Amino acid sequence: MADRSRFLVGSFSEPGPLLASVVNLRRAGVAIHDVFAPYPVHGLDQAMGLRRSRLPWITLLAGLTGLCFALAFQYYTAVFDWPLDVGGKPENSTLAFVPICFELTVLIGGLGTAGAFLLRARLFPGKREQLPVLGVTDNVFAVVTPAPIDGNDGELARRIMIENGADEVEEREAES
Amino acid sequence: MSAGTIDPPAAAAGAAVAAVDVVPPTRWIEGQPSLHRITTDIARPMEAKPGRGWYICFGIAVLALLNLLGMVTYLFAKGIGIWGLNNAVGWAFDITNFVFWIGIGHAGTLISAILLLFRQKWRTSINRSAEAMTIFAVMCAGLFPLIHMGRPWDCFFIFPYFPNQRGPLWVNFRSPLVWDVFAISTYFTISLVFWYLGMIPDLATLRDRAVGGIKKLVFRILSLGWNGSNRTWSRYEIVCLVLAALATPLVLSVHSIVSTDFATSLLPGWHATIFPPYFVAGAIYSGFGMVLTLLLITRQTMNLERYITLNHLEAMAKVILLTGSLVSYAYATEFFNAWYSGNLYERYHFINRATGPYAWCFYLMVLCNVLTPQVFWWKRARRSIPILFVASILINIGMWFERFVIIVVSLHRAFLPSGWGMFYPTVFDVGILIGVFGLFFTLFLLFIRALPMIAMWEIKGVSHG
Repeated sequence: MADRSRFLVGSFSEPGPLLASVVNLRRAGVAIHDVFAPYPVHGLDQAMGLRRSRLPWITLLAGLTGLCFALAFQYYTAVFDWPLDVGGKPENSTLAFVPICFELTVLIGGLGTAGAFLLRARLFPGKREQLPVLGVTDNVFAVVTPAPIDGNDGELARRIMIENGADEVEEREAES
Repeated sequence: MSAGTIDPPAAAAGAAVAAVDVVPPTRWIEGQPSLHRITTDIARPMEAKPGRGWYICFGIAVLALLNLLGMVTYLFAKGIGIWGLNNAVGWAFDITNFVFWIGIGHAGTLISAILLLFRQKWRTSINRSAEAMTIFAVMCAGLFPLIHMGRPWDCFFIFPYFPNQRGPLWVNFRSPLVWDVFAISTYFTISLVFWYLGMIPDLATLRDRAVGGIKKLVFRILSLGWNGSNRTWSRYEIVCLVLAALATPLVLSVHSIVSTDFATSLLPGWHATIFPPYFVAGAIYSGFGMVLTLLLITRQTMNLERYITLNHLEAMAKVILLTGSLVSYAYATEFFNAWYSGNLYERYHFINRATGPYAWCFYLMVLCNVLTPQVFWWKRARRSIPILFVASILINIGMWFERFVIIVVSLHRAFLPSGWGMFYPTVFDVGILIGVFGLFFTLFLLFIRALPMIAMWEIKGVSHG
């Protein structure tokens, strides 16, 4: 069974106070576990200090794999395995191979990116959702910080959230 | 200068700045719906019982679909001799329908991918249904090569596969027909992935709204445990951008490749270098025509006028005007090049196109595709629901006839008169044409009942972000 930890969850009804909370929490040195929103809030990535995702590198790798595979496969079949004379065209009709090379670059690149995203974000069919508060996929925004053992630090995080307009701050237990 | 007095030139400059400032940005959502209201409005068609209009449309669509199933079954039993094909016209309604449906799909990808890259906010209200339309249109298109094979159970022969039971004989990778197989499979797959990924946050919203039972279970499986974490949102937005960047050249490639099915042949009327851009413009034009038809009906019947506003319809009308004009230009270029080439057969083909036995198809095409979009030079026409609806239907008709003109008119009098012939559609040609609309509308009507037809999270971002 997964470890269970305690978290402090501040819920907001507007993105503005949420952003202000995140900025001030980080400024006060409070670690932020995650932030939840019904849509991607502009500026939140910078406020949380998130690094830009490296998933486009996977796209490049997967796309190149598709390209190489398509080129090698067409070359193998048309030149080595069974050369066919089609209208006197050369066996290695590289230009004619371009469309399929392009399509497989896009296909493998796209599927690779989507697959890598699902793996990295740990999303899979049947996964039970872990919502910090109800309505977070509808109209509620939430900041989640690890609940500190030290009571004073807990009070600080709670106070920052409330001062910045949190509707409610509560302590909850969840899988870490 | 004392406080309270304003220098006249400075005041004038201030007024100029104010005059610029008062031009309001276009509002893509009417009113200021709350986040919860957006969820409720968009989820309503899925949670409430459908109206009588939906049942009537669905009934008609299912009847047409049953007609398709019956006709295709008969076709498989008897063979493609039941169509009106002959030695001169070996390709007719089947490939016309194929190109027509592939073209329809293009608007979806344009809206979801190209407009995303260009940061066009107006795409948010219409991208989901346009992407669904793409997927259903490609499914309809895919049916035609399959049923035209004569032996559809051998359809897997068009793919290279292992173990290769044909010995070392592979498909001919130099053939545009093989490129087509790869292009359309890729197009379908990437469109499906893009559509599904874009829907995951909304599926999670629906999961959290479902009170229990099978609905919750299905949405839980489909939403993959999405919980709105910003770490996931951050990656998600990057993935959407990357997929859009991949889908943008893809959408241009697909109809370019479809056009090479024709352009690489030597047939007058097909053998033209303008075909790829001409087909792409036509595809986007026809696709927007279909999106307009669908959205005009659904916004009215599903009470979504707040989200699919006149501003959206106007933006689509502008795209139609642009692409319609590109298509008109391509028609003119074809005629010019036939004359300028000095080639007897090319010249005869275009004279025959405008004066031969199928001239009425040509003039219908010109009426629908050249003249109809010109009405959108007027703002009042771009914002008039009846004009938009009639124009969208005419565009659909015109673009079907464009493909018919390119395919059948080119084939029926090519080169030597001893090889000429006429194509007359049989009841099965027409029945399958009608039936495939049944398949398309059945799928679309089920979609608007079962899945969110507007991207909730994107609308929330546009209206509150």
